[in-house]
Amino acid sequence: MAVMKGADAVVQALEREGVEVVFGIPGGASIPLYDSLYSSGIRHILMRHEQGAAHAADGYARVLGRAGVCSATSGPGATNLTTGIANAYMDSSPVVAITGQVATPFIGRDAFQETDVIGITMPITKHNFQVRSVAEIPEVIKKAFHIAQTGRPGPVLIDLPKDMQEGVAEIEFPEEVSLVGYRPTYEGHPKQIKEAARAILDAERPVILAGGGVIISGASAELMRLAEFIPAPVVTTLMGKGSFPESHPLSLGVLGMHGRREANHAVTESDLLIAVGTRFSDRSTGMVSCFAPEAKVIHIDIDPAEIGKNVKAHIPVVGDARRVLARLLQVLAEMKRKGRSREWIEKVKLWKREFEPELDYDDVPLKPHRVIKEIMEFLGEDDVVTTEVGQCQMWAHCYMRRSKPRTFISSGGLGTMGFGFPAAIGAKVAKPEVKVLDVAGDGSFLMNIQELATAVENSINVIVAVFDNRYLGMVRQWQELFYDRRYSAVDLGSSPDFVKVAEAFGAFGIRVEKPGEIKDALKQAADSGKPAVVDFVIERECNIFPMVPPGKCLKEVIG
Amino acid sequence: MTEEHFIVALVEDRPGVMQRIAGMLRRRNFNIDSISVGSTEIPGISRITMTVHGDRLTLEQVMKQLNKLIEVVKVSELRQEESVVRELALIKVNVKSERARAEVVQYASIFRARIVDVSKQSMTVEITGDEEKLRAFIELMRSYGIIEIARTGKVIMARGARNVRVREMK
Repeated sequence: MAVMKGADAVVQALEREGVEVVFGIPGGASIPLYDSLYSSGIRHILMRHEQGAAHAADGYARVLGRAGVCSATSGPGATNLTTGIANAYMDSSPVVAITGQVATPFIGRDAFQETDVIGITMPITKHNFQVRSVAEIPEVIKKAFHIAQTGRPGPVLIDLPKDMQEGVAEIEFPEEVSLVGYRPTYEGHPKQIKEAARAILDAERPVILAGGGVIISGASAELMRLAEFIPAPVVTTLMGKGSFPESHPLSLGVLGMHGRREANHAVTESDLLIAVGTRFSDRSTGMVSCFAPEAKVIHIDIDPAEIGKNVKAHIPVVGDARRVLARLLQVLAEMKRKGRSREWIEKVKLWKREFEPELDYDDVPLKPHRVIKEIMEFLGEDDVVTTEVGQCQMWAHCYMRRSKPRTFISSGGLGTMGFGFPAAIGAKVAKPEVKVLDVAGDGSFLMNIQELATAVENSINVIVAVFDNRYLGMVRQWQELFYDRRYSAVDLGSSPDFVKVAEAFGAFGIRVEKPGEIKDALKQAADSGKPAVVDFVIERECNIFPMVPPGKCLKEVIG
Repeated sequence: MTEEHFIVALVEDRPGVMQRIAGMLRRRNFNIDSISVGSTEIPGISRITMTVHGDRLTLEQVMKQLNKLIEVVKVSELRQEESVVRELALIKVNVKSERARAEVVQYASIFRARIVDVSKQSMTVEITGDEEKLRAFIELMRSYGIIEIARTGKVIMARGARNVRVREMK
């Protein structure tokens, strides 16, 4: 128990939660907080836009598997955070956002830079708090981190009125908090697990569908054991990419709208779908009525509300993916196995060979496939890839093999252009020892390009690989395929020169036009000792295929 | 099959909790026919009663999504046939003539309603009951001219020993 200022209590509570870094921008309503941060051991990274701060905290959180913290002032600072918060919410990422707020007596009076951030963020946070007394600060912060990082993770926002930061009170830091209305279920129901085991032993054409929940719960080892025990091919969602090594013989890569043909085929023909930690997003399932039409569905998820929301589950198991899979493996080992024909596995392997995509193009302008291939060769398996959103993201999603969890960071649910670069900054801060590369489109990169200043000033040496086609490419592709090539508002013209922009910010910039130059350019970028932008001039109208057109079944692949 | 379902939620009585619930219901496209809120036997815990029209799947989703809210402590479905359902209404009617006044008093007595306010032109009747009873009484009052109606929305409680309460509180 000690008497202290609210802002000091905030900073000490953050330190007690193990917070090492805060990504943010100060402002009028958060000056007291920043005054306390000034003399603390917490590293503050000054971003250049609050959206960047939220994405950086998100990228940091996804790489480390614990909360990333961002901070903004009231009003516009807070509203600028919201895209990043919504992004973290859709992808179940533990972000703690701290916003300044006008002093309590001014709330509701439309004071300068006042906005109802609690009301605004209710539907895009797992929970939010407005501090109402200085003394409750430690408890609120403890609860916020607890909620953000447990169960199905998600963003939590803490709104801190300025008088709460400046006020003084007797402060006590609780060791733990209890929330009567929040008790996530971690252990799967034994009866359901047994039923799942029986279904697995009875299945002839089983497929495992791994989502982001496998990565969040750290269930990759259990997933591998299950796949090899059955044996069953493994497909992943975008969020699940990296949960199972894509170099493994049982891996069929990603499924969905721009999934691998072999993955979509296998799911469609399966008679048992073992879905782990996935919410069956429409981008993963295609038309739901013809999704895995012959399959019995085992759905393992920590969030009961996901069971039966989009896809009917025959055997639901609510619980933590790692614990449920571990228990399932034990139960399976105790049960009697009957011999299973190798026919299914052989068929799947055949598809895999048949649909192996060609990446080794020599074309000028560059084919994105070739760039992806060389990036894959350039990166090690512990290095981190982030992506922007659109064609660039889907090329990486579909073609770039990843082998380890938390090495492929992408905006899955919200589809936020501008995510990849600040997320890369957060990832690099989290893991300075690995390479971090953002697979970017020119349209997306421009949406948070100001963060080059952040990267340069803090020597956060990430590489931005711009797949530069001077189009909002994914929209253009839809216009080409479904709107009679009427290219409405997608041509980005010739501005800017990304190399000069990079140089103007003090970063390294290089343009690549020929396939033979790719390898050397990536090496130069890595060796530059600076944040780097590699501008790959790609074929303007290259499409991302395969594609399941919107409203179609996964097997109705075009391209 | 779409039908009426009763949901009872026990929630922490904190600022904004109703907005969280209302916002979630709107965002997820759930339609609520009636909602009422009040205190319970435990300080700090409020009881929300809502009626939802929809199929079983919709009901399940509403309950699960309610449960996801941190400040929602407990969510239960109560079946109408196993429960007591009540609603209170205040009805202000025109009573310009002696005859009308006498008739309203008589009807109120038959329905075990109470006259709670009287003026030269109007009477206000308080009635409690299930939906059928309220509907029947309101229909009768229409012929006199209803000035205004205020209804509480339904509250529901399971019959017998079954209950909806918070078992463990710190």
